[in-house]
Amino acid sequence: MSRKLLTFNGGVHPEGHKDVSNATPIRLMPLLPRYLVALRQHIGGPARALVQAGDTVLRGQMIGAAEGYVSTAVHAPTSGRVLAVAPHEVPHPSGLADLCVVIESDGLDQAIEFQPLDWQALNPSALRNRIRDLGLAGLGGAVFPSFIKLNPEGAGIDTLILNGAECEPWITCDDRLMRERAAEILQGVAVMRHMLGAREVLIGIEDNKPEAIAALRAAVANEAEVVAVPTLYPTGGGKQLTYILTGRETPTGGRSTDVGVQVFNVGTAYALYRAVVLGEPMLSRVVTVTGHVATPGNYEVRLGTPVTDLLAAAGGALPGATGELVGGPMMGFDLEDRASPITKAVNCLIVKDRAHFPASPLILPCIRCGACARACPADLQPFEMYWFARAKDFGKSQSYDLFDCIECGCCTYVCPSHIPLVDFFRFAKSEIWERERHKQDADQARARHEFKAFRLEREKREKAGKLAAKVAENKARDAAAALGGAETASDPEAEHKKAILQAALERAKKAKESVTPQNTENLPPAVEKQIAEIEARRAGAEITQPETGNSPS
Amino acid sequence: MLSAILVMAGIGLVLGAVLGWASIKYRVEDDPLVEKIDAILPQTQCGQCGFPGCKPYAEAIARGEADINKCPPGGEDGVKRLAELLGVDPKPLGEGLEPKPKSVAVIDDNTCIGCTLCIQACPVDAIVGAAKQLHVIVADQCTGCELCLPPCPVDCIHMEVVKEGVATWKWRYPVHAIRRVA
Repeated sequence: MSRKLLTFNGGVHPEGHKDVSNATPIRLMPLLPRYLVALRQHIGGPARALVQAGDTVLRGQMIGAAEGYVSTAVHAPTSGRVLAVAPHEVPHPSGLADLCVVIESDGLDQAIEFQPLDWQALNPSALRNRIRDLGLAGLGGAVFPSFIKLNPEGAGIDTLILNGAECEPWITCDDRLMRERAAEILQGVAVMRHMLGAREVLIGIEDNKPEAIAALRAAVANEAEVVAVPTLYPTGGGKQLTYILTGRETPTGGRSTDVGVQVFNVGTAYALYRAVVLGEPMLSRVVTVTGHVATPGNYEVRLGTPVTDLLAAAGGALPGATGELVGGPMMGFDLEDRASPITKAVNCLIVKDRAHFPASPLILPCIRCGACARACPADLQPFEMYWFARAKDFGKSQSYDLFDCIECGCCTYVCPSHIPLVDFFRFAKSEIWERERHKQDADQARARHEFKAFRLEREKREKAGKLAAKVAENKARDAAAALGGAETASDPEAEHKKAILQAALERAKKAKESVTPQNTENLPPAVEKQIAEIEARRAGAEITQPETGNSPS
Repeated sequence: MLSAILVMAGIGLVLGAVLGWASIKYRVEDDPLVEKIDAILPQTQCGQCGFPGCKPYAEAIARGEADINKCPPGGEDGVKRLAELLGVDPKPLGEGLEPKPKSVAVIDDNTCIGCTLCIQACPVDAIVGAAKQLHVIVADQCTGCELCLPPCPVDCIHMEVVKEGVATWKWRYPVHAIRRVA
């Protein structure tokens, strides 16, 4: 254990508040009457719904299949009936609705048959597809589909880092998981290591979690090294932890895989164990419920559990609560609607109160003190990016490596003027992304417009060509006819066609003659008289027609 | 004296030959400025600028025959970027030209008679259908140009504003009160 640890620049020491929720074991949530499973619980494209209202489902049944490459499946958390597949509020900073499958529980909680995977024998690509269909996504916060990260091809991964840093204040779900389920986590790590072909496995845990470190050290043999890292926010950032443990710096715009390192959260390793070793899809996760609630702690929550029910299970909010925060206080966002369900992305729910979360103070102008730059763990200059983002000069903002910002919130935390710097960076990023989308749309429209012009031109050319060919053909035929009529007459095909046409014409003539007016027998005299009059008129009209021309009658 | 003149003339001839060769070898067929302008235009191909498409408008701007503020889908932002590219002052959008929120055309299934007129009008081939068959607009490819609206004999096409979803949602500009300092 004589690993030399490095320290990244910057970082902050916010108050931990971990002891509020880390003292009690993980509690299981009781079965609920209703679950709302969001089809987009991960980064990338939403899953495609496989069920519709009225269908019955079993626990673990796939109800949404991965659509597109960056996507993963979602599953039914219990058995019951699908009430609807409709937009519903989800935990997202926008507060917008997204497509959810509403499941009414039948109370039986019947499961499909889970099939453990023979992961050592299965070929890597088949195993990856199975992991995608089991709905695995990173539980550390970014919820990136895990099967993509478990691609061994061409990546050249030599080190696998298991992220147990859990550096955000208040959150303790990984801490409890490591204390209670260390052996299972290590089984998940074995699968990861097998898939990536990593030589070395490092488990990084902040030293404010001595019990978790002890638990993992007790469970580990020699397949991995458990490293206690100094407590400093944001040690749990993938790039930061990679630097601390290996000294390898991730290049700008790159990922840790560019330096031969793959990072997974401990929760993901545990979920992978459940998926591969037990064959159970991702149906639940551990969520920290903390802050101003009656019984703060960690709960094993089925995905799709409404926040209201989770809060109720934690004894409900205490008087004086001022709303909920999804995620930690550094990177989280305010929950818009308590009816929103828990998704794979929700690791913590903090009930706020005035004492710990006072109203944001008034913002003062930037004094260019540089505190944000000193605190930035990504070695950026937040004040410069802020100027340009505030002026909506996104190109300049981007030239200061805006996209290397991990939105950790250190700059906002230290700013003496209380400027919400990260809000500006998020704003600038989403504006740039939208511009990029518009550019792609424009490129597509341009290509399609140009193709249409080309197509019309081509059709015109083809039509003109055909016409010219026909004219030439007719001319040639006329010339041939002029030369000798016998030649055209001797064309057997034309003769044959002519004969058929003639026969058809004769048939039609005969048929016309044989037709007699119907319903003309046994009629009353008045009607017969009327018919006779009409016949007479018609005969007259036929005679007069050529003279009167085509005057309407 | 004579040798100096000859040397100078020789150098002139050689350099002239090189330049002449280069102008043929590295000839640029299209006006590169047109491409740059066209890249800024939103490619809706709507014709609101008075030209039959974005490229003709770009060409007219490059020739100096058209103003830069005639493109409502590009909006103020587009005008600003064109002004930056051309080194002129940005100006507000031309009279009667209002930017609209991004919309897509939608065909009413019950009214469409399958006449194919809208298909012919669509500048980006975003309408699928055949004679006497129901037509459908491919929303992902529709630029919202509204060119399919006038030809429809039964008025079965209407525009729908594209709603913001979780995937296209943008963080708002942070608005916070700034306290006056003394």
